[in-house]
Amino acid sequence: MDRRTMATMTTTPVTVLNKDSMLIVKEQDVVPFRNRVKEYATKIGMGLVNQTKLITAASELVRNMLRYGGGGNTLIEVVSKGRENGIRLTFSDKGPGIANIEMAMKDGFTTGKSLGLGLPGTKRLVSEFDIKSKPGEGTTVMIIKWKNG
Amino acid sequence: MEKIPILRMGQFLLVTIQVDLYDRLALNLEADLVQMVSKTGARGVLIDISAVSIVDSFMGRIIGNIANMSKIMDAETVVVGMQPAVAITLIELGLPLTGVHTALDVEKGMELLRNKILVDGPENDGDDDDNASDSAE
Repeated sequence: MDRRTMATMTTTPVTVLNKDSMLIVKEQDVVPFRNRVKEYATKIGMGLVNQTKLITAASELVRNMLRYGGGGNTLIEVVSKGRENGIRLTFSDKGPGIANIEMAMKDGFTTGKSLGLGLPGTKRLVSEFDIKSKPGEGTTVMIIKWKNG
Repeated sequence: MEKIPILRMGQFLLVTIQVDLYDRLALNLEADLVQMVSKTGARGVLIDISAVSIVDSFMGRIIGNIANMSKIMDAETVVVGMQPAVAITLIELGLPLTGVHTALDVEKGMELLRNKILVDGPENDGDDDDNASDSAE
């Protein structure tokens, strides 16, 4: 109940036109997932630059999910808000969660061996970005890329 | 196991990435390339990414690693053929690929490598000669 209210507060109300989900458990799932996202983005007529940004963002998040959350579930949705169409991606894992989201969103911060660009970089690539995490329970990241956004 | 072929052409190693790289494949390429530089004594590495539609932070890091590793093995790395959308995305992501030489296409990349080696080679000798003549004077 609590989480539900939070979600509606931080994300824009949209209409879901089409949805698809995909389980990510191993590294080899990443490429098919990216291709699936590309399929949907092409279907709504998203331009090449925005497509590339969206797929790169998806790639970052799916990699995070595998590395830190031990894999999880992804949701690909075609959404619309007014006249604007877009793709919404949701990544949920049941990993250890992120203790300090504020820190995790900072450029250059990492608990792993990466460059620490993943989350803040991803946020720059998409139109909307929302992250929820509870230590011990998992992390859910939601992004939207509008067709012309 | 899939592998990305590394071609040897004179002093150079050529790599054309034509598949979507997953992590293991990219890591193998990194290791293979450094091995090949050592084995062949190559002076330059040319990586063609014109068929790559996505470069995320992991791939970017691998490219940077290859360049830096080759550098300390005395070989220059040039990345060629980056798609415009990939360049835009990389910069927004915050990955400017510093330290990696780039060229628009394979031809320009080869030229860049040749010049780099020419400049590096004789110039160093030239410096030594200068020093030698300086001390002689």
